[in-house]
Amino acid sequence: MQMEGEGRAVPAASGYGPGEKPEWDYYSKCIHCGLCLNACPTYRELGVEMDSPRGRIYQMIQVEQGRLALGESFVRHMDLCLDCRACETACPSGVEYGRLIEAARGQIATHFRRPMLGRALRSLFFRQILPHRKRLIFAGQLLRVYQRSGIERLAWPIARIILPRLGNVARLAPRMEKPFFTERLGVTMEPVGPRKYRVALFAGCIASLAFARANEATARVLAMNGCEVVIPASQGCCGALHVHAGLRDEARQLARRNLEAFPPGDFDAVITNAAGCGSVLKEYPQLFEREGTEYLERALLFTARVRDVTEFLAGIEWNRDFASITVRATYQDPCHLGHAQRIRSAPRRLLRSVPGLELVELKDAEVCCGSAGIYNVSENDMAERLLESKMRRVDETGAELLLSANPGCLLQLRAGVAQSSNPRRRVSHVVELLDEAYRRARG
Amino acid sequence: MLWRPEDRLLYEYDGLSSRRVPDAVAFPRSTEDVTEIVKLARREKVPVIARGAGTGLSGGAVVTEGGIVVSFARMKKILEIDIPNQRARVQPGVVNLDLSLAVSDVGFYFVPDPSSQKACTIGGNVAENSGGPHTLAYGVTTNHVLGLEVVLDDGRVIRTGGKVWDRPGYDLTGFIVGSEGTLGLVTEITVRLTPKPEAVKTLLAIYERVLDATRTVAAITAGGITPAALEMMDGITLRAIEAATHAGYPLDSAAVLLIEVEGLREAVEEEVEAVEGICRRHAAREVRRARSEEERELLWRGRKNAFGALGRISPNFYVQDGVIPRTRLPAMLEYIAAVGEKHGLLIGNIFHAGDGNLHPLLMFDARDSKQTAKVLVAASEIMARCADLGGSITGEHGVGIEKNELMPLIFSPDDLAMMRRLKEVFNPAGFFNPGKVLPTGKMCGELRIQVGGGA
Repeated sequence: MQMEGEGRAVPAASGYGPGEKPEWDYYSKCIHCGLCLNACPTYRELGVEMDSPRGRIYQMIQVEQGRLALGESFVRHMDLCLDCRACETACPSGVEYGRLIEAARGQIATHFRRPMLGRALRSLFFRQILPHRKRLIFAGQLLRVYQRSGIERLAWPIARIILPRLGNVARLAPRMEKPFFTERLGVTMEPVGPRKYRVALFAGCIASLAFARANEATARVLAMNGCEVVIPASQGCCGALHVHAGLRDEARQLARRNLEAFPPGDFDAVITNAAGCGSVLKEYPQLFEREGTEYLERALLFTARVRDVTEFLAGIEWNRDFASITVRATYQDPCHLGHAQRIRSAPRRLLRSVPGLELVELKDAEVCCGSAGIYNVSENDMAERLLESKMRRVDETGAELLLSANPGCLLQLRAGVAQSSNPRRRVSHVVELLDEAYRRARG
Repeated sequence: MLWRPEDRLLYEYDGLSSRRVPDAVAFPRSTEDVTEIVKLARREKVPVIARGAGTGLSGGAVVTEGGIVVSFARMKKILEIDIPNQRARVQPGVVNLDLSLAVSDVGFYFVPDPSSQKACTIGGNVAENSGGPHTLAYGVTTNHVLGLEVVLDDGRVIRTGGKVWDRPGYDLTGFIVGSEGTLGLVTEITVRLTPKPEAVKTLLAIYERVLDATRTVAAITAGGITPAALEMMDGITLRAIEAATHAGYPLDSAAVLLIEVEGLREAVEEEVEAVEGICRRHAAREVRRARSEEERELLWRGRKNAFGALGRISPNFYVQDGVIPRTRLPAMLEYIAAVGEKHGLLIGNIFHAGDGNLHPLLMFDARDSKQTAKVLVAASEIMARCADLGGSITGEHGVGIEKNELMPLIFSPDDLAMMRRLKEVFNPAGFFNPGKVLPTGKMCGELRIQVGGGA
């Protein structure tokens, strides 16, 4: 074969350092057909190959081949990826893009030195707060005082003047919902009626504080479906945000803790209402593939039992004793439910079974809203652009109720609704709606 | 405009292969921007290479001698939708499927439907004169494009055609569609929109022998029926697709035909009966009908994802694109099988069988250079046979850098000389997309591309 490309005759040393990296077995499946391009939110916005899935994979390969440095340009384009995995849905070759980007970010986290401030903030958030329940609760309480005391209302406009971006970000801060769901850890809830299943509820870290009500609703909905709901006390953060940020060792530590907290054989299912958590819980084995320790075995057993709450309900003959709720509603697919877990029909089927509820399909429902974990904070500009497009689509539906199935998405969508043409539109988790329909039926 | 090497690097490939890194990449938003870029390139004496989504399979968007790549990714506005006149005006970067989706609520669509339609652009379709499964009944892109706005090599802007069917003078629109970016830069396209048919029925006919499937194709068209689409996939391809898409294709069969009939409700019912009868008379083991829109979409999703799906069974593969008269399908398939055997290569087959457009898929591992060389020889042999049988060396993927040296197989020296003269009127000094379409004379009669790409 003649080699006509520039500078490709001499194979250079790989630009990757030790540790997990994008592997040939996975990236060689990409045949650069480009069918992923228009599915990628950042490509749709920017129209450049560097910010497309095909282009990102190509850059990963170039780093491996020594044609591109593990430097600023590479990091910039990897950072801008939402890890929404819409490209996996579009890909005919079955490229596991999530695996590749997460490995690339692992390389960046270990071998690339970010500017000081960003590094310090990342470390504080990922290492000092998220993994520690007590510190998390303390931070949650601080935030709640700030939100309820009126300081927030004062601080907001000032922040916006000084630093417009900070204003945007501040409005994304989750509302703290007391009582925190952390108080429920260690509790077992009895089923309503005869016991059919014994399930464990995965409570989540931030979700336990900011989505306490959705967690309560989830437990009640499960109980209404014959589930004895155990909420293991020793569980913690799932590590999804760590995986997305490339902090693989930290993610592994968190995974080990959860594998201990949910021993195999104790439950029919481990249930989560957070698509982002569910997707990483289902992918725990990837974290232990290289070491191949006993944890790999445990992770495989654990993963086989993890279910999103909508997936679990749709998989059993769910209780349809719903009261009628007359509302025009639409549903936004969380990327980590639709793309990563391929669960699309379950939430829709559940919603259609609620009498009175008119489900209008949202155009581009499979396109990311811009939330993407902490992306709306770290890449606020792009996140805002995506949110604007999303809100335009939501307006087209004329729905009064916007539903989704992941806390991160709900936060983002609420922020979008608050500044949209219809700020009174409600934003809820699918299970909260189901819970309401059960509760109204029981009076 | 992108200048940094780490960005330009990402514009060295398209759907076919990698070639050269461009000197710059430009992202115009308007016709005026395009004019400026052309003038700049002209001043700097560097070539201009148009790029849509870079999904093409003949290397139309890759760079051969350096120059400026003009990406139309940011010129993606639908400028006008004129339903009463069944027309739309679009910028070249509009994604093919996005146009159909935009008019689907009012019952219309844009007919050309290449497999890459969810990503490829209409500008790219115009450049390559793209086809798709529904070419059989409705023709290729040129049959759905009525007018163009084109920036010429000196920056002047011309308009060809318009909203009406026929305009006096030479058919420049027809000349430019399919010219692969070698005549100018298209900045606006007037297309025809087509009403969606009242009824569509999709059948899957399953065969134990490939021969029976190919004979059915000729029998259906000989019977005076023109299905909207008539596709064939052989066993190798089927199994890969099924693993990727779970479309419900039978894993143990030798070939299937995917047949779509559309039109008025009653007529469709009759045609479906007739088609099913013909399939059964030609030893179809089973004929399934899609019972719902979901089932229909699933059958098509399998077909449209076919090329990518092969990534699962082979590290690399080379998609060929040739045309033969459909009555010669049985003989051609035998020939392809013989070529595969001779070179020890696995070759899958997926055809737009109705119009005799073949896509043999030659599988290999790019890390094995001997095998890779054999692939090119085998592909050349298949192309030569297509030409011998009175067909063509490309049905819809275009010539690009892939097949320009094969052009003499189907054109006489006089034919080619005339094309060259016409080209030079628009493109005097190898300014637009050099080294594409016409033979460069460096090598003749063989494929001289670098297949594989990717890893």
